[in-house]
Amino acid sequence: MTATAGIELKRTALNAIHRAAGAKMVEFGGWEMPVEYSGIVQEHVAVRTRAGLFDVSHMGEIEIRGSRALDLVQYVTSNDAAKLQINQAQYTALMYPQGSAVDDCLLHKFAADHYFLCVNAANTAKDFAWITRHNSFGADVRDVSTNYSQLALQGPRAVTILTRVSQPDVAGIKYYWFTRAMCCGVEGLLARTGYTGEDGFEFYFPPSESECVWSGLLEAGRDDGLIPAGLGARNTLRLEAAFPLYGHELDSETTLLEAGLGWIAKLDKGDFLGRDALAAQKQFGTRKKLVGFEMADRGVARDSYPVSIGGERVGKVTSGSYAPFLKKNIGLAYLPPEKVNEAGARGIQIEIRGRAVPARLAPLPFYKRNKL
Amino acid sequence: MYPPELLYTKEHEWIRVDETIGTIGITDHAQKELGDVVFVELPKAGDHVAAHESFGTVESVKAVSDVYSPATGEVLTTNKKLQDSPDLVNTDPHGEGWLVRVKLADRRETEGLMTADEYEAYVNEDTASTSPGGGNT
Repeated sequence: MTATAGIELKRTALNAIHRAAGAKMVEFGGWEMPVEYSGIVQEHVAVRTRAGLFDVSHMGEIEIRGSRALDLVQYVTSNDAAKLQINQAQYTALMYPQGSAVDDCLLHKFAADHYFLCVNAANTAKDFAWITRHNSFGADVRDVSTNYSQLALQGPRAVTILTRVSQPDVAGIKYYWFTRAMCCGVEGLLARTGYTGEDGFEFYFPPSESECVWSGLLEAGRDDGLIPAGLGARNTLRLEAAFPLYGHELDSETTLLEAGLGWIAKLDKGDFLGRDALAAQKQFGTRKKLVGFEMADRGVARDSYPVSIGGERVGKVTSGSYAPFLKKNIGLAYLPPEKVNEAGARGIQIEIRGRAVPARLAPLPFYKRNKL
Repeated sequence: MYPPELLYTKEHEWIRVDETIGTIGITDHAQKELGDVVFVELPKAGDHVAAHESFGTVESVKAVSDVYSPATGEVLTTNKKLQDSPDLVNTDPHGEGWLVRVKLADRRETEGLMTADEYEAYVNEDTASTSPGGGNT
């Protein structure tokens, strides 16, 4: 059943449950994961209007401990970890010296000498090796990925649903904060974070309890329209919200400034990997700029399709799809900075199977939820 | 589940032959594999299509799939409803979700295609030996 010849795919603790629920399974980042259950469109719309439950246990977790844990974190990541309070999380990037990302991740502060990183599945081993290599601070760095299952409950009804089966009161957890919590009788780390552009939570807990939490949450949310959602909807949701996906908008060749992530590059926090490269780019300019577009004519832009302006090829699509909530065909692409104004004024064309289909630049994010 | 009046290809298209006219679509199995269809690209009336060659694409949220013609001929008409409702391919693949109507060059060409029973056996064998679902996230 493995899709990649000769390599055994990893499976989350819920693999059999997903199969029994009729999920389509695909390879992603070395894991066999559910891509959809009832259909990507239905799952996507459920998350925007009610709630969806994702098994994201493929995500990696790395712990950094020790009296100089903060020094190591500050040196290898771009955001300012010194600003974090205990029980607070931040979006950050693990950095290469050239100003690009080894990975993008969520950093959680457990204690002054204890940090917890949630990283992309396919990058976990690379991230761990990179942090370890730069650990001249005597910190204790551990890949603890096998200790955790992770479920993401996302959507406007998430807080209502979770309140029924959790202690303490989850409504009191602020955006990008977390707490130790009991959920469906299982103790874990409950964070008000997500990757969908909606309100929601991510719960980290022992894999042996996976079935109990998964079925408990689905049961608690049934009357609110909660349904299981797969990686397909996770991708279209993050694209509408214009969140980058590593391997698409981010890679070792793309700096944070080019990816529009200048807001997590805290150049004045002190020295860190990539700081000088980013400072130079800030002064002298970037080589490319991430833009959003929507198709102006019939056609779906897909990853790696060429982008042109009046016949001249100027870039490539990094992520493109039909957007199920906006009901448009949208995408992200890199353009040379000097072409962005022209692209805005004249429009661009996406080359779809040899045909130049017109598209127009669109402000990012494509979708932003109405905050209460 | 597969209508007996249709003939089927290994690439998961169907054709209904009425005298010299063939109506072509993709099978229920194909639409399930693809998932939610969001865009269908078809030839124009008057275009020539050749047996075993791609004449259009069906796109789901995740994947693009070529559609191969079960027979050679000239396109008479295409299903205009699919422009606004491509999901008809999902909800009624063997009926309202048809793709094109073709004037057949030689109706004997369809004699080698599978019957409904043969196709069902083929699909069951196919799904038992390969992993389900396509696409990449």
